[in-house]
Amino acid sequence: MNTIINPFLRLSGLEPLIIRPETNFVNVGERTNVTGSKKFARLIREGLYEEALSVARQQVESGAQVLDINMDDALLDGVSAMTTFLNLLQAEPDIARIPIMIDSSKFEIIEAGLKCIQGKCIVNSISLKEGEEKFLEQAIICKNFGAAVIVMAFDEVGQADTKERKIEICHRAYQILTQKLGYAPEDIIFDPNIFAIATGIEAHNNYAVDFIEATREIKKLMPLVKVSGGVSNVSFSFRGNDHVREAIHSVFLFHAIKAGMDMGIVNAGQLVVYDEIEPILKQLCENVILNIENDDNSATEKLITFAETVKAKGKETIKDESWRKNSVEKRIEHSLINGITDYIETDTEEARQQYAKPLDVIEGPLMDGMNVVGDLFGAGKMFLPQVVKSARVMKKAVAVLTPFIEQEKEERKINAAKNGLINEEEKGAAKILLATVKGDVHDIGKNIVGVVLGCNGYEIIDLGVMVPADKILSEAMKHKADIIGLSGLITPSLDEMVHIAREMKRLNMDIPLMIGGATTSRMHTAVKISPEYEKGVIHVLDASRSVTVAGNLLNKESKVEFLNELHVEYQKLKESFDNKKSGKQLLSFAAAQNNSLKIDWGSYTPPMPGFTGTKILEDYPLSEIADYIDWQPFFIAWEMHGKFPAILSDDIIGKEATKLYDDARQLLNKIIEEKWLQAKAVVGFWETIKTAPDTLEIISSDSNIQLEFLRQQMKKAAGQPNVSLADFIHPSQKDYIGAFSVTIEGIEKHIKKFEDNLDDYNKIILQALADRLAEAFAELLHKKTRIEYWGYANNENLSNEELISECYSGIRPAPGYPACPDHTEKIKLFQLLGGENTTGIHLTESLAMYPASSVCGWYFAHPESKYFGLGKIDNDQLEDYAKRKKLSLEEMTNWLRPVVE
Amino acid sequence: MIDIKDILKERILIIDGAMGTMIQRHKLNESDYRGNRFKDWHKDVKGNNDLLSITQPQIITSIHKQYLEAGADIIESNTFSSTSIAQADYDMQSLAYELNIASAKCAREAADEYTQKNPSKPRYVAGAIGPLNKTLSLSPDVNNPGFRAVTFDEVVEAYTEQVKGLVDGGVDLLLIETIFDTLNAKAAIFAIKEFFRKNNMPELPIMISGTITDASGRTLSGQTLEAFYISVVHANPLSIGLNCALGAKEMRPYIEELSSIANCYTSAYPNAGLPNTFGEYDEQPHETAHIIEEWAKEGFVNIVGGCCGTTPDHIKHIAEEMKNCKPRILPTVEIQ
Repeated sequence: MNTIINPFLRLSGLEPLIIRPETNFVNVGERTNVTGSKKFARLIREGLYEEALSVARQQVESGAQVLDINMDDALLDGVSAMTTFLNLLQAEPDIARIPIMIDSSKFEIIEAGLKCIQGKCIVNSISLKEGEEKFLEQAIICKNFGAAVIVMAFDEVGQADTKERKIEICHRAYQILTQKLGYAPEDIIFDPNIFAIATGIEAHNNYAVDFIEATREIKKLMPLVKVSGGVSNVSFSFRGNDHVREAIHSVFLFHAIKAGMDMGIVNAGQLVVYDEIEPILKQLCENVILNIENDDNSATEKLITFAETVKAKGKETIKDESWRKNSVEKRIEHSLINGITDYIETDTEEARQQYAKPLDVIEGPLMDGMNVVGDLFGAGKMFLPQVVKSARVMKKAVAVLTPFIEQEKEERKINAAKNGLINEEEKGAAKILLATVKGDVHDIGKNIVGVVLGCNGYEIIDLGVMVPADKILSEAMKHKADIIGLSGLITPSLDEMVHIAREMKRLNMDIPLMIGGATTSRMHTAVKISPEYEKGVIHVLDASRSVTVAGNLLNKESKVEFLNELHVEYQKLKESFDNKKSGKQLLSFAAAQNNSLKIDWGSYTPPMPGFTGTKILEDYPLSEIADYIDWQPFFIAWEMHGKFPAILSDDIIGKEATKLYDDARQLLNKIIEEKWLQAKAVVGFWETIKTAPDTLEIISSDSNIQLEFLRQQMKKAAGQPNVSLADFIHPSQKDYIGAFSVTIEGIEKHIKKFEDNLDDYNKIILQALADRLAEAFAELLHKKTRIEYWGYANNENLSNEELISECYSGIRPAPGYPACPDHTEKIKLFQLLGGENTTGIHLTESLAMYPASSVCGWYFAHPESKYFGLGKIDNDQLEDYAKRKKLSLEEMTNWLRPVVE
Repeated sequence: MIDIKDILKERILIIDGAMGTMIQRHKLNESDYRGNRFKDWHKDVKGNNDLLSITQPQIITSIHKQYLEAGADIIESNTFSSTSIAQADYDMQSLAYELNIASAKCAREAADEYTQKNPSKPRYVAGAIGPLNKTLSLSPDVNNPGFRAVTFDEVVEAYTEQVKGLVDGGVDLLLIETIFDTLNAKAAIFAIKEFFRKNNMPELPIMISGTITDASGRTLSGQTLEAFYISVVHANPLSIGLNCALGAKEMRPYIEELSSIANCYTSAYPNAGLPNTFGEYDEQPHETAHIIEEWAKEGFVNIVGGCCGTTPDHIKHIAEEMKNCKPRILPTVEIQ
């Protein structure tokens, strides 16, 4: 198969623009031009670049396919204005997606522009005005930047006004560019000059005809080139009368495009459709443009006379509130889709009065609207934060109706009783029960799933966090739930989920079980949970998928097939897991210990911390902590994946990400100003001695604590060590270890306030922010430790990005995480730090920390200390470790399950 | 030596695999990196892999030879970060030119040895031009999106110096790779074009290799694949392709698209799969080779090899598989 590539003009911004024969006409937006737009010129002169960008955005929104940018103004430093504007524009993906035309009569400004743009631009323009040498010099630069180039019909003699001169100059330029420089013909665009007509000077009357006819000839002579022009020039003598000007532009373009004009600089928002121009005006324009019946300027005079009768019709733009005029159903839909809460209560009340029953409003317009939201979300046209805002509108509407529904129910009951009947409420929407399992306190993800499912018409019963198995199951039976959804973030929660699955089997339940949360996986679900319960266990990766899964599970027809397919898939996963397991090569524990990380201790003296024992930081300023926030995980919590800050300008989700970010920033400011939350930290350092390869003894006056670490046991490539955190501590001399905890307190009453106000959107933002603040505080505290408390890196100077990418020396691994997955060591950590009273953190039976927004960890200072994953360990290490920890093998296995098998 | 364009018509060429992965295996410490010459250097230099071409050239040459032994037709010089801008991290900006010469020579020596052994399989040295640690299209400061950490002119200057070093060191090709910001690549193209024009020398063939970061199908600087292609094709390159970020499996749709729009040869050297949770690459040589074979059979590529996590063993398997695949045929460019 042989591909054919055509010689089309190809341009690019973030996206390609290919000008094919069928492209017809390319609109080049002209409002971002200081010589043509007073408003834009003022904004640039006053340095109001943000607003200037909105002019560009408007052009793109009204259909410009290329953006012409011109900074030629005597009062401006053109090079710097062009550079600043283009650099800012690159950060706006909705604008930067289209190609840029860099427009200047000064070549240094053009060059400055070319240096800012990654896409393939158009240079507007170069010419033979200053001779061939200069022309070549500029063309070479354009070519090296890969730009297409507009060549003005202008030579040493002057600007071409007649058809013949236009053709002659363009052809000469073409020969030079293609033959001397090898410029691709399709990258050459000619501007044969559009001059003003109907000026009253007879010599000008044929200018439009000259342009049109020259265009025809140029395209015949040089078929691959393009022809462009500044359209608004042609009507210059009618300035102030937009109505007539727009008509002239349309008529002119109609003829010029037929002759072969490919693109033009026009105000994309202000072009009338040729067929919609009133016939008299159209005819007058035709005559003037084509220079017909124009002896003694008669056609011109007629158009001028007509123009005076037409009052320029003022066009004003107002905030679009026209949707308020629609039917109440449409208004409700509009509010739901756009997340507008302003009118929803009055609209709902209006609907209630129109419908027979309040429930009809829910089942009618509200559900219809939410279905549209669900469809748009499913199609990727809405994003999670928008959906959560829609849900907020829905909840507010339902709150208006609830008292009326309750009242009706009550009346029905009374009536039924009167008639001696038992009133059976008909079964409503399918019910999904959600809970974060016992021992776990994390619920942001679960809340989001609840909102999304709620938006899709399910009734959600949310039991909250730390819910024991028996409560989950008894509540499920009591409410006749159709699905149970479990969530968990820390590894011990996995076992709890297995336990719940077993219980469901024992109780002969037959509703499906959905599994979700950061620590869960398809593999774990397939291998561990699914075999325990045959009535359907499904891992759900994120909130957006929960809708399809729930849909499949609740549809009687698809359910069987769906579960069968799932069963086969999980069976396969399990088999491949079992097969893989046997293939894993583990070293003996002794061999792994022998292959420890060999640090050159000869030249290293362990740095002494500024103090030993603990130090407590109460009510640390949140404003300081906020500077250390890593925003990326915040967006991940909202299922918006991408690097921060690039995500704010992402083509697809950038707009919504920015809105979310603005809302989060606003709430963060409120949290800081009104002191909603309190940050508390404890940090401590102790002398320590290594008493065995993986054991550290803490030397402290009031306690004698042994810390135990686990060692990698995977067979490594030659020369690669089997690492244990203990390797980072001096093998024979006194060394130091640190520990810390941070927690963000006081969130409960604010969560409650948002819940009472039916505002899930802000509730989830608040929760996610508290998590971010805890992580940021840990980052800040680690920095203070390195620079001040421990002081081993007192000349460190890292930016927040560098901190986030862990460019510093030393680590802060947390018990329960990859390098030291044993959660039970957390008990010792908190004992060292002074326990629950000092740290303000409560450890649950699964050793999750409450408040949920808490972080703890060990500090290691050695420059070679690094984060690593433990990987799997073998029974020999497990037994030894259990012995060291004085725990039964069974109990130890339970805690270490994820790494022992 | 046989013109590479003639061989590209005949078969799929093999480019080498990861340099970093192979250097890691030597477990070098700070003093190994410093060698004798930089033993008193005022900054730590461990991790400056390009420096090893000066301080441990035997290691770099031996890695090149392992890849040549595995069947690589093209080896990349150890110059990914050999620009004054990237070397500033180690305060070694003044060494940029010398680093390029030294690395080019290591690769030249190894390639020539293998060409001599078997002149019917000539080996080429591609001077590797990396993306820089500073970008021209993105602001490092969230609060100031218009800010740029470096200017176009500075980038052109740095690349010009690198190109001079590579050319003086004797490379056969220039490979602009791992492009995540197209404007940086455009600066490199600008530098190359101007270097040859000003020195009145015939241009060396240019290879261009971009990086699609993830399933969005875009570069880090936000361009779609086709927009990227359009933005760099003025280099009139020998090949355009993709490398890094993705494994062979994930790269397939993009290399398929590229093969349908590119008017030059296409190249692809993916990572050894996606990294696992510990940032390591697990994909086995035969797995990578098998996936590449699948798309090579579709006629998508002319040059293949490996990026992060790949080893001589990967290259050997890929080279084996490619023996049974025909190269992509260049599209016909129509001139009306």
